[in-house]
Amino acid sequence: MNNIKKYKKIFIETFNAKENEVCQLTYQSTPEWDSVGHMNLITALEENFDLMFETDDIVDFNSYEKGIEILRKNGIEI
Amino acid sequence: MELAQILDIPPYSLNKTDKARLLNPFFNYLTRHHYANCNPYKIMMDCVGYDCNKEYNYNQLPFLPVRLFKMFDLYSVLKEDVIKTMTSSGTSGQTVSRIFLDRNTSAAQTKALTKIVSSFIGTKRVPMIILDSETVVRDRNLFSARGAGILGFSMFGSKRIYALNENMELNVEQLQTFVEQNKGERIFMFGFTFIVYQYFYKELLRLGIKLDLSDGVLIHGGGWKKLYSEAVTSEAFRNKLYDVCGIKNVHDYYGMIEQTGTIYMECEHGHLHAPVFSDIIIRRPHDFSVAGVGEKGIIQVLSILPESYPGHSLLTEDEGILLGEDDCSCGRLGKYFRIEGRLKNAEIRGCSDTYETNF
Repeated sequence: MNNIKKYKKIFIETFNAKENEVCQLTYQSTPEWDSVGHMNLITALEENFDLMFETDDIVDFNSYEKGIEILRKNGIEI
Repeated sequence: MELAQILDIPPYSLNKTDKARLLNPFFNYLTRHHYANCNPYKIMMDCVGYDCNKEYNYNQLPFLPVRLFKMFDLYSVLKEDVIKTMTSSGTSGQTVSRIFLDRNTSAAQTKALTKIVSSFIGTKRVPMIILDSETVVRDRNLFSARGAGILGFSMFGSKRIYALNENMELNVEQLQTFVEQNKGERIFMFGFTFIVYQYFYKELLRLGIKLDLSDGVLIHGGGWKKLYSEAVTSEAFRNKLYDVCGIKNVHDYYGMIEQTGTIYMECEHGHLHAPVFSDIIIRRPHDFSVAGVGEKGIIQVLSILPESYPGHSLLTEDEGILLGEDDCSCGRLGKYFRIEGRLKNAEIRGCSDTYETNF
């Protein structure tokens, strides 16, 4: 599975989201993406991409789009 | 300067003059913003003679008694923009504060907390032991001060375990394994003062077990009241913890649900420090004039974060003493102070203190 598919799948599973809506998701835009959901998302991404975010990355990670940017910053080709 | 830019300033890097220059316009802006957007706040401000056309020095701006948030629903945004309502963990018979957060204020709180805490423990995330039970954060719709604290600090953990099970019993074996597995790494621990004392320290003592957390760092907060009744001072608390787990790096913090994010961290010399994003003013109880260094008074807290609710300038029900400004031997700039306790006749509160009666 390529990275973007993997990334998308994690979003869908963590937030119980629909595939066609997932790209528009932002922090707190859905009840599932609250502060608890946020940490679940971070854990899932770290496990699947085998990386460790810095605290600033976690704070700045506020949308599906922004997350891609942050993954790239961490050396993930996506 | 915009809020986001202020939050990028290192939290203990501004002296008195620079801090006033930065914060005066911002606190005036916040007061005007709430005056225009929160009608009960406007009524109160009119009563105390606030003039929205005047630029105030921030120590002259009006403050609200913190308990107003228990009596009224105060917010300065549209109700549909409120994404989260935080409540203090009140005990039975007590009313709780209700704090209304929109997306921006909530994000700013997280950012401020991250900046403050990482200036103490670094931006690299480390293994974390949460000295509490996971049940506190299980109900996502019921956000207490305790749950919010745990979640806010969870950000710093690379992997996390909860030290207590749902019956508030210490998972000793799991804890020992975790410490063993992470040998050589700095372990970060977080918990509420009374819970750390009652369910971690006392239990290790009872079992006669010593953990090696000599490289660890503990951040704890939430109130001392219950420990005062057991005659445990801050120093005794540190010594006792050192005895059961060898920990040397222990930081208390002072903070409240009404100004989540801007906490006051204790430095290596046992002093609480105001970051760039907030400030404290000690006021004389008889006329609310500003008290001097070394003089006991009521603590007023000002924070740049509250935009969705009028909580940027609050009079607490705590007493404290200003110890100095810009000259603490730890090198951090800004005011430093200590807490003297609760005002007499003030309602009993404190999120870690309420555990016993709460459950």
